[in-house]
Amino acid sequence: MPTLQFRLNGAVIAVDADPDQMLLDVLRTRLGITGAHFGCGAGECGACHVMVDGRAIASCDMPMWSVADKDVVTVEGLGTVEQPHPLQRAFIAEQAMQCGYCVSGILISAAALLKRNPSPTEGEVRAALDRNLCRCGSHNRMVRAVLRAASEMAAS
Amino acid sequence: MSFPAPKLPVSLVANPRLSSWVKFTGDGRVAISPGKVEIGQGIVTALAQIAADELDVDISKVEMMRASTAASPNEGVTSGSLSIQQSGRALRHVCAEVRQRFLLAASERLGVDEALLDVDDGTISGPGNVRTSYWELAGDVSLDHDATPGATAKLATRRAVAGHSVRRVDIPDKVFAQPRFIHDRALPGLLHGRVLRPDISGARLIALDETAARAIPGLVAIVRDDGFAGVVAESEAATEAALKVLRKGATWSAGEPLPDEDDLAGFLKSQPVETTVIDTRTAASPKQAVRTLRRQYIRPYIAHASIAPSCAMAQWDGDRVHVWTHSQGVYLLRADLAIVLKLPAENIVVEHMEGAGCYGHNAADDVALDAVLLAKAAGGRPVRVQWSRHDEMSHAPFGAAMAIEIEADLDADHEIVGWRHAIWSNGHAARPGRAAQPALLAATEIANSYPRMISTNPPAANGGGGDRNSVPLYDLPAWTITSHRLLTMPVRTSALRTLGGQGNVFAIESLLDEIAALRGEDPVAFRLRHLRDERARDVIRAAARRAQWKPQKQAGIGHGVGFARYKNTGAYCAAIAEIEGADDIRVKRLTLAVDVGEAINPDGVVNQIEGGAIQATSWVLKERVRFDRSRITSTSWTDYPILTFSEVPAVDVEIIQRPEIEPVGAGEAAHGPVTGAIANAVFDCLGVRVRDLPITRDRIIAAMELAS
Repeated sequence: MPTLQFRLNGAVIAVDADPDQMLLDVLRTRLGITGAHFGCGAGECGACHVMVDGRAIASCDMPMWSVADKDVVTVEGLGTVEQPHPLQRAFIAEQAMQCGYCVSGILISAAALLKRNPSPTEGEVRAALDRNLCRCGSHNRMVRAVLRAASEMAAS
Repeated sequence: MSFPAPKLPVSLVANPRLSSWVKFTGDGRVAISPGKVEIGQGIVTALAQIAADELDVDISKVEMMRASTAASPNEGVTSGSLSIQQSGRALRHVCAEVRQRFLLAASERLGVDEALLDVDDGTISGPGNVRTSYWELAGDVSLDHDATPGATAKLATRRAVAGHSVRRVDIPDKVFAQPRFIHDRALPGLLHGRVLRPDISGARLIALDETAARAIPGLVAIVRDDGFAGVVAESEAATEAALKVLRKGATWSAGEPLPDEDDLAGFLKSQPVETTVIDTRTAASPKQAVRTLRRQYIRPYIAHASIAPSCAMAQWDGDRVHVWTHSQGVYLLRADLAIVLKLPAENIVVEHMEGAGCYGHNAADDVALDAVLLAKAAGGRPVRVQWSRHDEMSHAPFGAAMAIEIEADLDADHEIVGWRHAIWSNGHAARPGRAAQPALLAATEIANSYPRMISTNPPAANGGGGDRNSVPLYDLPAWTITSHRLLTMPVRTSALRTLGGQGNVFAIESLLDEIAALRGEDPVAFRLRHLRDERARDVIRAAARRAQWKPQKQAGIGHGVGFARYKNTGAYCAAIAEIEGADDIRVKRLTLAVDVGEAINPDGVVNQIEGGAIQATSWVLKERVRFDRSRITSTSWTDYPILTFSEVPAVDVEIIQRPEIEPVGAGEAAHGPVTGAIANAVFDCLGVRVRDLPITRDRIIAAMELAS
């Protein structure tokens, strides 16, 4: 199997992988990165979103060959308990979830949004999260959390 | 005058042993073991609050144990908005009694009268600075006693934790991607499994060519037990590859025809049924009806559509099996597994791990049996099975479709003098663990299979099923409520949030609105005039005030109101919807008021009401399970769309706090009222009554054609 090199959460890694294997599968079953969740396997729900070169992408639908030399960030790469990303702090502050299964994908979509648009309007936040499904109905809390994180980032 | 003897809460009657609920652990913490499970509703936090309050320990010292048949009290199933009522009351009682026992022991040790002792974060102190703690006394105080009636919990005014919006204990893990979901747990030596299921509804596997699948690298076993077939492999990718080729080698029976999805009422009303008269009321002095309105309302099949596909793990050790599951009822699942496996229940341990929100009986239990059956071929290694999105959307039980017919007799002033409400629906519950036959999918596939369990309805005393919320809370002079439960079940149904409540409240609230409009009476005033219960009146008035009812009429905008008390015994909720009606209906704002009695965690209640309101909006505007005559066709998010971020309305919730009244759950209170409010707002906006859910553009056009 060919060796594929890419950057994962800031570190360059090289894995032997079938080029047609999906990134999500490699993250979860080979690399122990379980933040990105399987939801549908068809790129329709956003539970598996990761950032690839700054854009939120469905990793369940992304073959390994297309990841070569790219910069991949999962929710594990956003922040830690000790050094949380402002979005992670804001999701806790707003209690922005019920079951939370969709949350890691939503954090990634939101982080990608704030990279390209640091002060989005509410409508822009909603549009950026439209490819992420939430079944519990925690949408408005999540939108508030993203806006809170944006203003916190602007202030710092 | 005599007072009734104090009674134990229901969960304590079943599990009286104090030590099964509470343990003080060596590390200075207290372990609390409820029988209810976290399904995203925040119950674990609310129960921790109750325990922290009654014991007077900081909530950070409370460790909430996951339910397991190995150790936890048996509290049946986590459903029906009953966890606060059942587990909460039990824990409040247990913790109050445990505290009392420790105070007694402390009093003896310290030589201080019990009444002079105080507890602060687990430290018990008294006059003269004498002190001890729960942990110091733990060796002397046995909790292997049964709870006794009459233990006194704190007064509502003295509670410091319950009644406050404490942050949920599980949220940090979920934000920082700490493995908490069953999907994220990797047991040592874990194998993966997948089960082959038919596309054609009701088809049975009759032949299987395994040759091609055997050649897949990483394959461990192909498991075949008559109509049940699955694969076990070293990796998920290998299971998928093996399943794909196995499918090509499968021969299926013809299956069973499905109803016409565009004539659900025709189907539901033509099946053999069991008929139950739910309630009748006869007027003391019957009034003459001058006209009768006869209306039919349809609620389609609705999918639970959890964001996570159902998942379970199982591991055999000889004739004993350990199961990890996100089932809502570990003991109930174990009971069904025992039937299928023909093993004593003691040989089976069922342990809960969190899954995604399930909203009722989805495939969580089914996939557990799948894992157990596949793990038999794994040589003692654990096997993890995860359903596909396709299977989740087609083989899991659905919320039952309903046809509801109401006849309202009106007098000359359009006042209601008679009311007949009839429901045609499959049963709304076919959960495991409650019958002599198992309710699990694979049990219908294996050799000596069990028939598919036809859904039944919980008794009216438990809130009923298809008939849930069908008895009006309104003070009407006479009524007859009848439930027709189908005895056939071509589309598999079981418990979905609110059971029949959403459909019945939709019907009642729609027709009341229509009658108020006939009278030219404000719909809020009309409802208040027909309600005596002050808590009911209060939520309606609060929602109306908050929404500034009724806003000035504007073109293209509509407002509607809906109300219910969930199960007629639970939470009161009123909703006011503001919608925009152009080509499609867009719900702009929902304003709700809710009364759950004592709100243990007010923000948790608001979260549940917001979530329920948004999910109900999704059901009302978008959702119906699709099928042709042979198969379920809504098997992806494209074919079964749900509300997206841009479509979600603003939701504003007011809680009416009543700390002196026993708490009830909030998870299902909003669905019915929101459904009614949206439907009534559509009429306010467009002048047409849509009685066939979901309210889509096509349904509005059809209703307009019918009206003209």
